[in-house]
Amino acid sequence: MEPAALPTALQLAASGDTGLSLEKRAALGASLLLLQRDYRFERVWFWGCIQGVRGTYYIAQGLGPDLAAPRSRLYSLNCVEWSLLPPATVEMVEQAALLKGLFQGDPSFEYEYAEVNAEDDERFLEDGKELTIKEENRLVATIEQIDRAVGIIPRRAFMKTPLGSVHENRNFEGLSLTEAKKLSSYFHFTEPVNLKNKTLLEKADLDPSTDFLDSLEHDVPQGSWTVQFEKGGTVVVLRSLLWLGLTFYHVPMTKQYGYIYCGTGFIHLAHVQHFLRY
Amino acid sequence: EERKEAGRAPPADKQARRAARAAAEWSGAPAQREWERQRQQVQKPSLCPVNRPRELQQFHRLSLKASLPTAEANSRPAPSGNGCPGNGCRFTSVASEAEGLLGRLAMAEHGPYLPHEPGYGLYQPGYGLFDDQTPDPDHRMLACQNAKAYLLQSSLTSGLNLYDHLVNVLTKILDERPANPVDIFENISKDVKAAQFQKKMDTLRDEHEILPSFESAEIRRNLFFKSDAGDEEREEELGEIPLPNVMETAFYFEQGGIGLSRDETYLIFLALKKLVSVQPIQTCRFWGRILGREKNYIIAEVQFREGEEEEETEEEEVIDEGDKRMDEVEDEDEEKEKNEPPKSTYKPPPVIPKEENGTGANKHVYFVCNEPGEPWVKLPPVTPAQIVCARKIKKFFTGRLDAPIVSFPPFPGNEANYLRAQIARISAGTHVSPLGYYRFSEEEGDEDEEGGGGRDDYEENPDFEPLSAFEMVESLSTWVHHVPSILKQGRCVWFNPLQKTEEEEGEEEEEEKDEVPDELQQETGPPLLTPLSEDEGIQNIPAWTVSLSTRLIPQYAVAILRSNRWPGAYAFACGTKFGNIYFGWGHKYSLGNHTPALPPPVQPEYPNGPEIREAADPTVEEELAFKAAQEQKALEGMEGEEEEEEEEFEEDEEEEEEDD
Repeated sequence: MEPAALPTALQLAASGDTGLSLEKRAALGASLLLLQRDYRFERVWFWGCIQGVRGTYYIAQGLGPDLAAPRSRLYSLNCVEWSLLPPATVEMVEQAALLKGLFQGDPSFEYEYAEVNAEDDERFLEDGKELTIKEENRLVATIEQIDRAVGIIPRRAFMKTPLGSVHENRNFEGLSLTEAKKLSSYFHFTEPVNLKNKTLLEKADLDPSTDFLDSLEHDVPQGSWTVQFEKGGTVVVLRSLLWLGLTFYHVPMTKQYGYIYCGTGFIHLAHVQHFLRY
Repeated sequence: EERKEAGRAPPADKQARRAARAAAEWSGAPAQREWERQRQQVQKPSLCPVNRPRELQQFHRLSLKASLPTAEANSRPAPSGNGCPGNGCRFTSVASEAEGLLGRLAMAEHGPYLPHEPGYGLYQPGYGLFDDQTPDPDHRMLACQNAKAYLLQSSLTSGLNLYDHLVNVLTKILDERPANPVDIFENISKDVKAAQFQKKMDTLRDEHEILPSFESAEIRRNLFFKSDAGDEEREEELGEIPLPNVMETAFYFEQGGIGLSRDETYLIFLALKKLVSVQPIQTCRFWGRILGREKNYIIAEVQFREGEEEEETEEEEVIDEGDKRMDEVEDEDEEKEKNEPPKSTYKPPPVIPKEENGTGANKHVYFVCNEPGEPWVKLPPVTPAQIVCARKIKKFFTGRLDAPIVSFPPFPGNEANYLRAQIARISAGTHVSPLGYYRFSEEEGDEDEEGGGGRDDYEENPDFEPLSAFEMVESLSTWVHHVPSILKQGRCVWFNPLQKTEEEEGEEEEEEKDEVPDELQQETGPPLLTPLSEDEGIQNIPAWTVSLSTRLIPQYAVAILRSNRWPGAYAFACGTKFGNIYFGWGHKYSLGNHTPALPPPVQPEYPNGPEIREAADPTVEEELAFKAAQEQKALEGMEGEEEEEEEEFEEDEEEEEEDD
């Protein structure tokens, strides 16, 4: 979410445990703007924080003029000094998926692969050296996974130009109250996967400039999103049950929306069906 | 229309030219654009049909739009008043400027089509301005009027006409002057069309939409009304109110970044006050908030005043006695009928009774509500069976207290019970206080009790000397648990289920001989007021994470404790104040993913031993072979000794007979 909107956003999206103390909030307001200046981002979003055992990582994202371009991510341990993270690769994601346990809170910490899985050791020991995974890479992979899985925006907030770049839609006035309750009015902000599988009839109703992303309706597993009206029904808050800690808020009929992730960076995957069924 | 008559200041000539250039760009083809510009310079007066009153009336007569009121025609005197100066068209209203543009636009699109029509040559590339004969202004005028008439043609479906619509759109654009209007032109057009239909002169009026947020707002507003005079008297009597200063606690948590927004917290504060005024409460505390799928729970931890507990315990006893009577009646009936199938020898494991209200896991009573302002609902006390089951399942709360919990192992209760069980577990696991804040009250005889429950009572230590925040953060031994941990059995104080009460001994005398009661080992947990440094972590992760709220101003820093076993449980300590709170989903941290318990294997029907094992009947060959072997033995015996022939023969005969 935008740093300028951070104070109100945190009020609206607060599930209680953001872990952003007042000092950090004040620091963010200043340091995010400086990030924008130094890295020449067109806009900077505060993505959230990942809690580790010894410390917490605070993550910010910088975007260029095209919102669909790969984003640069930065992390900080104190919300004042930021370091750029390397872009995520498929390898990183695979390796990070094998790790369990909380983050340590120290970016230079190296997980020894041998602890993790004895069977896969044979595969990787061909090189002759034991693989270690740096916490930084694990962080990158986790953020990428979370964004890809649960980074959402309201429908018609972003528009695709004929040239393929994605811009903010200036005519977006917010979702109406009835629309805000439906999961189909929220989109994943990543490469669409299900869009091609829609029937022709469905595609006929879509507007290609605004409906170019996957909606949340057909997310697997079903029921992994909770939609609630908080603050007396004035804010609609979506929380993911798959990635516990992701909160998306939107004030209907206004332009305010945003999402923040504050958690341990884990997907609660297997047996989600089991405890989601009711 | 009204705005057009508003009498705007005459736009500058530059603006007109700029607008005209824009209009020229719209028409597209470069040749036409140039022609437009040249036309502008040379033949301006004839290009302003609206400025000629004579043409105007003629024009309106030609118009197919019947609804255009003639008053309009009379109310456009201003533009014509100024006339058309030679060097440029001067429009006195933005609207007429727009119309002029449109006129020119129309001209470019719908001019002379056929070669014999004058002005035809001017559209063809290559033709100069003076190549052909100068076009007849009247013909040009006619073409212009035709074009405008076409534009004024009203649509059969919507009743609008393009001319007025474009005028409105351009008016709006020129009024608002958005950046890059060409990018959002279609949207502006749509907005203008939508605005047309808002003033309906229908007799039917739209019913005011009653949003659900209005009702919630009403509920919240009721929190702010002061209670009536009866409570005021009570307040005067009690010097202290049992209500804690929630805002103060929230302030300290806010330093650590924990907690809801301030207005939400204030509403919760007021809701707690309402609770206190309704129920006879001795101490009260905001316990935390548990998220659910449809609604969330706000939980208050409460201790009733002594002697003012609810009458629920009596009701439960009545129920128990009623059941016992029923059992006795049934036993008598069964003894009479001897055709009953044999009773199963299955004895369910003894039900471990719940702890008394006010002790152990049921020390506090919890009230919940979904939103601040809604009435508080009391949660039932927790039973050990519920805690044991809650440890095995992991379910998200829906937000409705009566929702069933369908799980394996089956949870004895509905969501209210599950919620209460989780609250009990969280409290037992994460409620901590600084070392020395509480101390054991000095009572004798506690250590002699069997079961070794240890000391249960603690009280605030008047000699408490607070440590600085820095020291609190340095090591975990400065924090202690002040809630007894829950044993495996599901209680805080171990209960021996084999101790039979006097009533039950009579019934079970007979059955005692059959069973060999297993000796249960007494379960003990860590004693009260143990420091956190003795808490086990999960694999490599310590059970708690400490941090200071600020490193920059350590004098005023608050020590914040975060639990890793129960993500969402926080505690703070600052000087003499401390607090605990929970914001989360209500689940314990599990390293892998939660695997539900599998059902037990199918129970065997009977014990499997060799005596019931089926063996195949011997086949004929086997029998003959066996007989042959026996005969051979007999022959050998006969050949061996003659003296024993008779005996052996008899024996053989016997054996043979036996074989048969």
